[in-house]
Amino acid sequence: MKKIKKILPHPVLSIALVFIWLLLNNTFSAGHCVLGIILAVLIPRFTSDFWPEEVCAKQPLTFLKFSGIVAYDILMANIAVSRLILGPNKNLKPAFFNLPLDIEHPLGISLLASTISLTPGTVSCDLSEDKTYLIVHGLSINNADQIIDEIKTRYEKPLMEVFKPC
Amino acid sequence: MLEFALSVAIGMIVVALFLNVYRLIAGPGMPDRILALDTLYINSIVLLILFGLYLGSTLYFEAALLIAVMGFVGTVALSKYLLRGDIIE
Amino acid sequence: MFEITLAILVLVGAFFTLVGSIGIVKLPDFFTRLHGPTKATTLGAGAILIASSIFFFVSSGELSLHEILITFFLFITAPISAHLMAKSALHLKQKENGNETTP
Repeated sequence: MKKIKKILPHPVLSIALVFIWLLLNNTFSAGHCVLGIILAVLIPRFTSDFWPEEVCAKQPLTFLKFSGIVAYDILMANIAVSRLILGPNKNLKPAFFNLPLDIEHPLGISLLASTISLTPGTVSCDLSEDKTYLIVHGLSINNADQIIDEIKTRYEKPLMEVFKPC
Repeated sequence: MLEFALSVAIGMIVVALFLNVYRLIAGPGMPDRILALDTLYINSIVLLILFGLYLGSTLYFEAALLIAVMGFVGTVALSKYLLRGDIIE
Repeated sequence: MFEITLAILVLVGAFFTLVGSIGIVKLPDFFTRLHGPTKATTLGAGAILIASSIFFFVSSGELSLHEILITFFLFITAPISAHLMAKSALHLKQKENGNETTP
């Protein structure tokens, strides 16, 4: 296990690099596979100073389920937001609210912020200095507490299970 | 059928591009202009893809990929500039 | 059948893209405008890219993977650029209000 760590400091990054290389060349031929693997070994080594903390993702199944929920929510969000945009402006109730964070892993926080931006009527605007809350802007807010609850149970919980501190 | 749908879609995207240009020129603040530029590049990617579909050619995807990468870098650089008054610290 | 599916995908994609741009012109202030492009335009672009991927797969028999890469890229970068723009807008707003606390 330690040997693998030495050759591949970030296994997930390496796998992603191979796939991106193959997608970029639009082929799955053997030559490009070999070239992609060479790049996937070399690039994380040379850039390892940029990635100081280790990422350990647990429970890939939870993550897959989470991605499914998010994909469905993106579709629903788009229909809701299109209706709001095309409707009269006075139906909008734009407002800021603070979302307290329980999740501590930096990658988890950034994934949560991205999910919030892509799903129902909310865009994450800023992270407080001490990483304890996100400032979120909503397009049509009737009850901020209800939306905070929904985000916490629907998105933050699975992410907390996946990104536990190593 | 498909060709008709493609012409209608290209027309809609062109209207969208004009709306973006309006916001780019009229936008009261700098963030509005950055947002307009961001939307403009995504819309131009869509226009390129539709044009590729129309001609049945895959040549345009490389250009679309380049616009996607460069557009993202441009948006980040402009936002950073507004945030700090400097791009590279 | 296949043509109709493609036509519907293309039209839906173009519609969502147009809605995003209408939002940019119609909505009253910057933070509400931000919602249009991050959601509607991204999904519209995704739908059209998927349509193109299916079209070239059926017409040439080879899987065209560039579209999938572009779709992934757009879906990853859209929230990040939205976040940065919102952050810079908040920063400017605070500067104008003379360093008050966050809204």
